[in-house]
Amino acid sequence: MAEESHSKAAHAGKLGYSFRRNLHERLIEVFLFLSAVFSVAIMLAIIVMLVKESIIFFQHVSIWEFLTDTQWTPLFDDAHYGILPLVSGTLVSSFIALLVALPLGTIIAIYLSEFAPFTIREIAKPFLELLGGIPTVVYGYFALLFITPILQIIFPELPGFSLLSAGLVMGIMIIPYVSSMTEDAMRAVPMNLREGSYAMGATRFQTAIRVVMPAAFSGIAAAYILGISRAVGETMVVAIAAGMQPNLTWNPMEPAATITAYIVQVSLGDLPHGSIGYQTIFAAGLTLLILTLVFNVIGHIMRKRYREIY
Amino acid sequence: MQINQEKVAKPIQYKSEVKNLSFYYGEFSALKNIDMALHDKKITALIGPSGCGKSTFLRCFNRMHDLYPGNRYEGEIILHPDNVNILASNVDPIEVRMRISMVFQKPNPFPKSIYENVAYGLRVRGIKQRAVLDERVELALRNSALWDEVKDRQHDLAFNLSGGQQQRLCIARALATDPEILLFDEPTSALDPIATASIEELITDLKNKVTILIVTHNMQQAARVSDYTAYMYLGELIEFNVTDTIFIKPKNKQTEDYITGRFG
Repeated sequence: MAEESHSKAAHAGKLGYSFRRNLHERLIEVFLFLSAVFSVAIMLAIIVMLVKESIIFFQHVSIWEFLTDTQWTPLFDDAHYGILPLVSGTLVSSFIALLVALPLGTIIAIYLSEFAPFTIREIAKPFLELLGGIPTVVYGYFALLFITPILQIIFPELPGFSLLSAGLVMGIMIIPYVSSMTEDAMRAVPMNLREGSYAMGATRFQTAIRVVMPAAFSGIAAAYILGISRAVGETMVVAIAAGMQPNLTWNPMEPAATITAYIVQVSLGDLPHGSIGYQTIFAAGLTLLILTLVFNVIGHIMRKRYREIY
Repeated sequence: MQINQEKVAKPIQYKSEVKNLSFYYGEFSALKNIDMALHDKKITALIGPSGCGKSTFLRCFNRMHDLYPGNRYEGEIILHPDNVNILASNVDPIEVRMRISMVFQKPNPFPKSIYENVAYGLRVRGIKQRAVLDERVELALRNSALWDEVKDRQHDLAFNLSGGQQQRLCIARALATDPEILLFDEPTSALDPIATASIEELITDLKNKVTILIVTHNMQQAARVSDYTAYMYLGELIEFNVTDTIFIKPKNKQTEDYITGRFG
């Protein structure tokens, strides 16, 4: 009782702003704001750099040639600057990777989230995450030295470097990202939705497919977008296992270079600063950025349209 | 042609009989030796303080506890007219749920359209013909007093409905498959008084069609809607009788204390 009246007295006549408390709050707000600005600023800096350097490139090569020429030979005497071969290599290897990663990742997520008993889930999850921790260069040689020879037994005409082998291994590499995020999204679906489905006489599988997955749609879409971005941006696996010859093809059985593989190949060489060959790195980088951005925007629109509400 | 008198089903008095039912969450004994019966096409209310096991009891009827590991039933719940113990290990819980539907405490519509929510149970049962679905969905929405409100927007997302409408949608979903018993787990506890009144009215209207078991926290609600009332305390069935008797002349002192508000 005495304490209460004491604290009342301490606050008596003090309805104005407390300077210390206000300053404290303001400082925290500024700190949080700066943290948020930091990532945006880095992103902007990257875009500015890519665009600036690409402008130099496009002063020598017309955008039309860049987009329509079917050859990419910037380092040859007979130089051609058509990005299409790199884009085709990127799209084909990514497509194969996603053909592996999205279905398998989703199936694993459904199993772990809806079917697996507690102990199996607790054992399986760390192993899956370990799969995501293997360096990509290891995956690259795994593709080149293990998967390619196996594929050559099935397809004897398959060359030593191929988009197929690189894409398959890239897919395996992406599985943990897709499955882990998809599982998190599915597990976040409230139990009362599942119970509602079971109470209607649905099986586990019907519940997973018809209720849990639609409810987790936006999280699953985010997982898929991440998977796509990883596939498009992946470098080492394709650089090692798909060969480095730019090749305008949609046939996964051929060797080809992706945008990333080209960038790493050229950056490791001894191109003089400011030469047109050097500037191609940035034009290719900008193309990659735009490609990833397009996928992200599509994903964002889809998430907006099918936003989940529990 | 002569009508075989013996084959004409005589009306059954009990839809279900509970015989010496005990239930365990792991080691914890949540229900203890319960004996009671559900009268056919009547409303039976389960009342009692929080944690007394009324929801646990309700969820035995559609084998909901099978979804989680470590749960164990003992005793029997006989379903008539089959005269089968639905807790028996050779009874498929999915088959039980096909015949005994449930409405939950919090409205839990699926992330689908109004139409697809109601059609869910039918689709799960493999019904695909559009005409059949349309007809059954409309009937269920009419029976849950939702048809007039939603008939022009059946393909809108169910989440756009108000809380009370969502709960009536969940009732429509449960009704669409023509269940024999309808379980309600505190169906109005998340709703405002007006929505509560409409749900109560609906439950009363459904009585002629289906046997109802309802868990409620609200004693007035039990008195208003039910024909029979069971009072539970600490996993035991303390008293079970006609609702009027329970509320006017309870035999048990504990029941009386709870009902008069001296306890609970």
